[in-house]
Amino acid sequence: MSENKGVMSGKRGVIMGVANDHSIAWGIAKLCAEHGAELAFTYQGDSMEKRVRPLAESVGSDFCIPCDVENDDDIQRAFTSIGEKWDSIDFVVHAIAYSDKNELKGRYVETTRANFAQTMDISCYSFTAVAAAAEPLMKNGGSLVTLSYSGAERVMPSYNVMGVAKAALEASVRYLAQDLGQNGIRVNAISAGPMRTLAGSAISGARFVYNWQADNAPMRRNITLEDVGGAAVYLMSDLGAGVTGEVHHVDSGYHVIGMAVPQ
Amino acid sequence: MSDVAERVKKIVVDHLGADEAKVTEAASFIDDLGADSLDTVELVMAFEEEFGCEIPDDAAENIQTVGDAVKFISENQG
Repeated sequence: MSENKGVMSGKRGVIMGVANDHSIAWGIAKLCAEHGAELAFTYQGDSMEKRVRPLAESVGSDFCIPCDVENDDDIQRAFTSIGEKWDSIDFVVHAIAYSDKNELKGRYVETTRANFAQTMDISCYSFTAVAAAAEPLMKNGGSLVTLSYSGAERVMPSYNVMGVAKAALEASVRYLAQDLGQNGIRVNAISAGPMRTLAGSAISGARFVYNWQADNAPMRRNITLEDVGGAAVYLMSDLGAGVTGEVHHVDSGYHVIGMAVPQ
Repeated sequence: MSDVAERVKKIVVDHLGADEAKVTEAASFIDDLGADSLDTVELVMAFEEEFGCEIPDDAAENIQTVGDAVKFISENQG
Protein backbone atom coordinates (compact mmCIF):
# COMPACT_ATOMS: atom_id res chain seq x y z
CA MET A 1 0.00 0.00 0.00
CA SER A 2 3.07 2.29 -0.12
CA GLU A 3 1.85 4.04 -3.27
CA ASN A 4 -1.49 4.83 -1.60
CA LYS A 5 -2.02 8.55 -1.10
CA GLY A 6 -5.13 8.22 1.05
CA VAL A 7 -5.73 10.39 4.10
CA MET A 8 -4.71 7.47 6.34
CA SER A 9 -1.57 6.77 4.35
CA GLY A 10 1.43 6.17 6.62
CA LYS A 11 -0.78 5.62 9.68
CA ARG A 12 -0.82 2.44 11.71
CA GLY A 13 -3.64 1.47 13.99
CA VAL A 14 -5.27 -1.19 16.08
CA ILE A 15 -8.85 -2.35 15.49
CA MET A 16 -10.47 -3.98 18.52
CA GLY A 17 -13.87 -5.65 18.30
CA VAL A 18 -14.39 -7.14 14.85
CA ALA A 19 -16.77 -10.13 15.08
CA ASN A 20 -17.86 -10.48 11.46
CA ASP A 21 -18.37 -8.50 8.28
CA HIS A 22 -21.39 -6.73 9.80
CA SER A 23 -19.34 -5.39 12.72
CA ILE A 24 -18.99 -1.64 13.07
CA ALA A 25 -15.29 -2.21 13.77
CA TRP A 26 -15.04 -3.95 10.41
CA GLY A 27 -16.76 -1.06 8.60
CA ILE A 28 -14.17 1.27 10.13
CA ALA A 29 -11.26 -1.08 9.39
CA LYS A 30 -12.25 -1.42 5.77
CA LEU A 31 -12.43 2.33 5.17
CA CYS A 32 -9.17 2.93 7.05
CA ALA A 33 -7.48 0.36 4.82
CA GLU A 34 -9.01 1.86 1.68
CA HIS A 35 -7.58 5.22 2.73
CA GLY A 36 -4.12 3.77 3.17
CA ALA A 37 -3.84 2.73 6.84
CA GLU A 38 -1.92 -0.30 8.04
CA LEU A 39 -3.93 -2.34 10.54
CA ALA A 40 -3.57 -4.70 13.47
CA PHE A 41 -6.60 -6.55 14.82
CA THR A 42 -7.33 -7.87 18.30
CA TYR A 43 -9.83 -10.60 19.03
CA GLN A 44 -11.11 -12.50 22.03
CA GLY A 45 -10.90 -16.29 21.89
CA ASP A 46 -10.70 -18.92 19.16
CA SER A 47 -14.24 -18.44 17.86
CA MET A 48 -13.46 -14.78 17.11
CA GLU A 49 -10.01 -15.53 15.72
CA LYS A 50 -11.43 -17.71 12.95
CA ARG A 51 -13.75 -14.86 11.98
CA VAL A 52 -11.23 -12.02 12.23
CA ARG A 53 -8.27 -13.58 10.38
CA PRO A 54 -9.89 -13.90 6.94
CA LEU A 55 -11.27 -10.36 7.20
CA ALA A 56 -7.86 -9.01 8.23
CA GLU A 57 -6.26 -10.83 5.31
CA SER A 58 -8.75 -9.25 2.93
CA VAL A 59 -7.33 -5.83 3.82
CA GLY A 60 -3.73 -7.01 3.69
CA SER A 61 -3.14 -7.59 7.41
CA ASP A 62 -1.80 -10.75 9.04
CA PHE A 63 -1.34 -8.98 12.37
CA CYS A 64 -4.05 -10.49 14.60
CA ILE A 65 -3.48 -10.83 18.31
CA PRO A 66 -5.65 -12.09 21.17
CA CYS A 67 -6.78 -9.57 23.77
CA ASP A 68 -9.26 -10.12 26.58
CA VAL A 69 -10.10 -6.60 27.75
CA GLU A 70 -11.29 -7.86 31.15
CA ASN A 71 -7.67 -8.68 31.95
CA ASP A 72 -5.09 -5.88 32.47
CA ASP A 73 -2.16 -8.22 31.83
CA ASP A 74 -3.72 -9.31 28.56
CA ILE A 75 -4.19 -5.70 27.40
CA GLN A 76 -0.59 -4.92 28.31
CA ARG A 77 0.69 -8.05 26.56
CA ALA A 78 -1.28 -7.18 23.40
CA PHE A 79 0.07 -3.64 23.23
CA THR A 80 3.58 -4.81 24.06
CA SER A 81 3.48 -7.17 21.09
CA ILE A 82 2.17 -4.36 18.89
CA GLY A 83 5.04 -2.16 20.12
CA GLU A 84 7.54 -4.91 19.27
CA LYS A 85 6.36 -4.97 15.67
CA TRP A 86 5.68 -1.28 15.19
CA ASP A 87 7.69 1.59 16.71
CA SER A 88 4.60 3.67 17.13
CA ILE A 89 0.89 3.63 16.42
CA ASP A 90 -1.41 6.41 15.29
CA PHE A 91 -4.89 5.22 16.14
CA VAL A 92 -6.99 2.72 18.06
CA VAL A 93 -10.60 1.77 17.40
CA HIS A 94 -12.40 0.36 20.44
CA ALA A 95 -15.68 -1.31 19.46
CA ILE A 96 -16.20 -3.59 22.43
CA ALA A 97 -19.16 -3.96 24.76
CA TYR A 98 -20.83 -6.72 26.73
CA SER A 99 -23.84 -7.27 28.94
CA ASP A 100 -25.87 -10.32 29.91
CA LYS A 101 -28.57 -10.43 27.24
CA ASN A 102 -31.12 -11.43 29.88
CA GLU A 103 -30.79 -7.87 31.16
CA LEU A 104 -31.12 -6.25 27.72
CA LYS A 105 -34.85 -6.65 27.95
CA GLY A 106 -37.51 -5.80 30.47
CA ARG A 107 -36.86 -3.27 33.23
CA TYR A 108 -33.52 -1.56 33.92
CA VAL A 109 -34.42 -1.36 37.59
CA GLU A 110 -33.95 -5.12 37.81
CA THR A 111 -30.29 -5.02 36.73
CA THR A 112 -28.13 -7.15 39.00
CA ARG A 113 -25.03 -5.82 40.75
CA ALA A 114 -22.87 -8.48 39.08
CA ASN A 115 -24.01 -7.70 35.53
CA PHE A 116 -23.87 -3.95 36.19
CA ALA A 117 -20.23 -4.32 37.22
CA GLN A 118 -19.29 -6.56 34.30
CA THR A 119 -21.11 -4.38 31.77
CA MET A 120 -19.29 -1.29 33.05
CA ASP A 121 -15.98 -3.13 33.14
CA ILE A 122 -16.05 -4.40 29.56
CA SER A 123 -18.06 -1.64 27.90
CA CYS A 124 -16.58 1.39 29.69
CA TYR A 125 -13.44 0.72 31.73
CA SER A 126 -11.78 -1.29 28.96
CA PHE A 127 -11.53 1.87 26.83
CA THR A 128 -9.68 3.67 29.61
CA ALA A 129 -7.37 0.68 30.11
CA VAL A 130 -6.71 0.52 26.36
CA ALA A 131 -6.00 4.26 26.26
CA ALA A 132 -3.44 3.84 29.03
CA ALA A 133 -1.75 0.97 27.19
CA ALA A 134 -1.82 2.79 23.83
CA GLU A 135 -0.50 6.15 25.11
CA PRO A 136 3.20 5.17 25.24
CA LEU A 137 2.98 3.86 21.65
CA MET A 138 1.43 7.07 20.33
CA LYS A 139 4.80 8.79 20.11
CA ASN A 140 3.72 11.18 17.36
CA GLY A 141 0.30 11.85 18.81
CA GLY A 142 -2.71 9.78 17.90
CA SER A 143 -6.44 9.28 17.85
CA LEU A 144 -8.61 6.98 19.92
CA VAL A 145 -12.17 6.28 18.85
CA THR A 146 -14.84 4.32 20.71
CA LEU A 147 -18.43 3.50 19.82
CA SER A 148 -21.51 4.70 21.64
CA TYR A 149 -25.25 4.87 21.07
CA SER A 150 -27.93 7.43 21.82
CA GLY A 151 -29.18 5.11 24.57
CA ALA A 152 -26.39 6.82 26.54
CA GLU A 153 -28.28 10.14 26.39
CA ARG A 154 -31.91 9.13 26.39
CA VAL A 155 -33.91 6.04 27.26
CA MET A 156 -34.07 3.47 24.48
CA PRO A 157 -36.15 0.29 24.75
CA SER A 158 -34.26 -2.65 26.28
CA TYR A 159 -30.89 -0.87 26.12
CA ASN A 160 -30.97 -0.65 29.93
CA VAL A 161 -27.63 -1.12 31.70
CA MET A 162 -25.80 -0.73 28.40
CA GLY A 163 -27.16 2.82 28.17
CA VAL A 164 -25.73 3.55 31.61
CA ALA A 165 -22.37 2.07 30.59
CA LYS A 166 -22.35 4.09 27.35
CA ALA A 167 -23.09 7.28 29.32
CA ALA A 168 -20.04 6.50 31.47
CA LEU A 169 -18.04 5.72 28.33
CA GLU A 170 -18.95 9.11 26.83
CA ALA A 171 -17.92 10.82 30.08
CA SER A 172 -14.61 8.96 30.03
CA VAL A 173 -14.02 10.18 26.46
CA ARG A 174 -14.05 13.73 27.85
CA TYR A 175 -11.70 12.95 30.74
CA LEU A 176 -9.32 10.99 28.51
CA ALA A 177 -9.34 13.87 26.01
CA GLN A 178 -8.22 16.20 28.79
CA ASP A 179 -5.50 13.85 30.06
CA LEU A 180 -4.04 12.93 26.68
CA GLY A 181 -4.56 16.14 24.70
CA GLN A 182 -1.23 17.66 25.73
CA ASN A 183 0.50 14.72 24.09
CA GLY A 184 -1.34 15.26 20.83
CA ILE A 185 -3.62 12.31 21.45
CA ARG A 186 -7.26 12.92 20.58
CA VAL A 187 -10.13 10.94 22.05
CA ASN A 188 -13.60 10.81 20.51
CA ALA A 189 -16.69 8.65 20.36
CA ILE A 190 -18.97 7.90 17.44
CA SER A 191 -22.59 7.57 18.52
CA ALA A 192 -23.87 5.31 15.75
CA GLY A 193 -27.49 4.71 14.86
CA PRO A 194 -28.84 1.19 15.40
CA MET A 195 -27.23 -1.43 13.19
CA ARG A 196 -27.85 -5.10 12.55
CA THR A 197 -24.71 -6.41 14.23
CA LEU A 198 -23.93 -9.52 16.23
CA ALA A 199 -23.74 -7.46 19.41
CA GLY A 200 -26.94 -5.60 18.54
CA SER A 201 -28.79 -8.88 18.15
CA ALA A 202 -28.51 -9.37 21.92
CA ILE A 203 -30.85 -6.43 22.50
CA SER A 204 -34.48 -7.41 22.75
CA GLY A 205 -36.64 -5.88 20.02
CA ALA A 206 -33.64 -4.60 18.06
CA ARG A 207 -35.49 -4.81 14.76
CA PHE A 208 -38.25 -2.51 16.02
CA VAL A 209 -35.67 0.10 17.02
CA TYR A 210 -33.93 -0.27 13.67
CA ASN A 211 -37.15 0.23 11.72
CA TRP A 212 -38.25 3.12 13.93
CA GLN A 213 -35.01 4.93 13.20
CA ALA A 214 -35.44 4.50 9.44
CA ASP A 215 -39.03 5.78 9.65
CA ASN A 216 -38.33 8.80 11.84
CA ALA A 217 -34.74 10.03 11.40
CA PRO A 218 -34.37 13.21 9.32
CA MET A 219 -32.68 11.26 6.54
CA ARG A 220 -35.38 8.54 6.71
CA ARG A 221 -32.90 5.73 6.54
CA ASN A 222 -30.65 3.58 8.66
CA ILE A 223 -26.92 4.12 8.65
CA THR A 224 -24.41 1.93 6.87
CA LEU A 225 -21.00 0.58 7.80
CA GLU A 226 -19.56 3.03 5.27
CA ASP A 227 -21.26 5.93 7.09
CA VAL A 228 -19.53 5.01 10.34
CA GLY A 229 -16.27 4.18 8.60
CA GLY A 230 -16.20 7.57 6.91
CA ALA A 231 -16.73 9.44 10.17
CA ALA A 232 -14.02 7.34 11.82
CA VAL A 233 -11.56 8.12 9.03
CA TYR A 234 -12.27 11.80 9.57
CA LEU A 235 -11.69 11.51 13.33
CA MET A 236 -8.54 9.41 12.99
CA SER A 237 -6.89 11.16 10.06
CA ASP A 238 -5.40 14.65 10.11
CA LEU A 239 -8.74 15.94 8.78
CA GLY A 240 -9.98 15.79 12.36
CA ALA A 241 -6.77 17.24 13.82
CA GLY A 242 -8.56 19.81 15.97
CA VAL A 243 -11.29 17.54 17.28
CA THR A 244 -11.19 15.87 20.69
CA GLY A 245 -13.55 15.03 23.52
CA GLU A 246 -16.41 14.84 21.03
CA VAL A 247 -19.35 12.47 20.80
CA HIS A 248 -20.05 12.54 17.08
CA HIS A 249 -23.48 11.30 16.00
CA VAL A 250 -23.60 9.15 12.89
CA ASP A 251 -27.28 8.35 13.07
CA SER A 252 -28.90 9.93 9.99
CA GLY A 253 -29.82 12.80 12.31
CA TYR A 254 -32.03 10.92 14.72
CA HIS A 255 -30.55 12.67 17.77
CA VAL A 256 -32.15 16.00 16.84
CA ILE A 257 -35.66 14.57 16.75
CA GLY A 258 -37.96 15.31 19.67
CA MET A 259 -41.06 13.66 18.32
CA ALA A 260 -42.18 11.77 15.25
CA VAL A 261 -43.90 13.78 12.49
CA PRO A 262 -47.65 12.99 12.43
CA GLN A 263 -48.49 10.89 9.40
CA MET B 1 -38.78 -28.32 -2.50
CA SER B 2 -40.20 -24.98 -1.42
CA ASP B 3 -38.70 -21.65 -2.31
CA VAL B 4 -38.12 -20.96 1.41
CA ALA B 5 -36.18 -24.21 1.79
CA GLU B 6 -33.99 -23.39 -1.21
CA ARG B 7 -33.16 -19.93 0.12
CA VAL B 8 -32.50 -21.20 3.65
CA LYS B 9 -30.16 -23.87 2.32
CA LYS B 10 -28.28 -21.36 0.19
CA ILE B 11 -27.71 -19.13 3.24
CA VAL B 12 -26.49 -22.10 5.28
CA VAL B 13 -24.12 -23.27 2.53
CA ASP B 14 -22.76 -19.75 2.01
CA HIS B 15 -22.37 -18.94 5.69
CA LEU B 16 -20.96 -22.20 7.01
CA GLY B 17 -19.12 -23.22 3.87
CA ALA B 18 -20.89 -26.54 4.28
CA ASP B 19 -21.05 -29.23 1.62
CA GLU B 20 -24.37 -28.71 -0.18
CA ALA B 21 -25.18 -32.44 -0.02
CA LYS B 22 -24.98 -32.34 3.78
CA VAL B 23 -27.41 -29.44 4.10
CA THR B 24 -30.56 -31.54 4.41
CA GLU B 25 -33.66 -30.54 6.37
CA ALA B 26 -32.64 -32.92 9.17
CA ALA B 27 -29.12 -31.51 9.44
CA SER B 28 -28.28 -29.86 12.77
CA PHE B 29 -26.27 -26.64 12.41
CA ILE B 30 -24.00 -27.48 15.32
CA ASP B 31 -23.88 -31.29 15.29
CA ASP B 32 -23.80 -31.93 11.54
CA LEU B 33 -22.64 -28.74 9.85
CA GLY B 34 -19.83 -27.58 12.14
CA ALA B 35 -21.47 -24.36 13.35
CA ASP B 36 -20.51 -22.78 16.68
CA SER B 37 -22.92 -20.81 18.84
CA LEU B 38 -22.01 -17.50 17.16
CA ASP B 39 -22.67 -19.06 13.75
CA THR B 40 -26.18 -19.92 14.86
CA VAL B 41 -26.80 -16.28 15.86
CA GLU B 42 -25.37 -15.10 12.55
CA LEU B 43 -27.55 -17.56 10.65
CA VAL B 44 -30.68 -16.32 12.42
CA MET B 45 -29.71 -12.74 11.50
CA ALA B 46 -29.13 -13.78 7.90
CA PHE B 47 -32.56 -15.46 7.80
CA GLU B 48 -34.15 -12.30 9.20
CA GLU B 49 -32.48 -10.20 6.51
CA GLU B 50 -33.38 -12.57 3.70
CA PHE B 51 -37.00 -13.04 4.67
CA GLY B 52 -37.75 -9.70 6.35
CA CYS B 53 -39.12 -11.39 9.44
CA GLU B 54 -38.18 -11.20 13.10
CA ILE B 55 -37.07 -14.37 14.85
CA PRO B 56 -37.40 -13.78 18.61
CA ASP B 57 -34.87 -15.29 21.02
CA ASP B 58 -37.13 -18.04 22.31
CA ALA B 59 -37.91 -19.14 18.74
CA ALA B 60 -34.24 -18.87 17.72
CA GLU B 61 -33.27 -21.23 20.53
CA ASN B 62 -35.51 -23.89 19.01
CA ILE B 63 -34.09 -23.51 15.51
CA GLN B 64 -31.42 -26.18 15.57
CA THR B 65 -31.79 -27.79 12.16
CA VAL B 66 -32.26 -26.59 8.61
CA GLY B 67 -35.82 -27.94 8.74
CA ASP B 68 -36.55 -26.01 11.96
CA ALA B 69 -35.57 -22.79 10.17
CA VAL B 70 -37.66 -23.57 7.09
CA LYS B 71 -40.67 -24.38 9.23
CA PHE B 72 -40.44 -21.22 11.36
CA ILE B 73 -39.90 -18.93 8.39
CA SER B 74 -42.69 -20.53 6.33
CA GLU B 75 -45.10 -19.96 9.22
CA ASN B 76 -43.93 -16.41 10.06
CA GLN B 77 -42.82 -14.82 6.84
CA GLY B 78 -43.27 -11.02 6.89
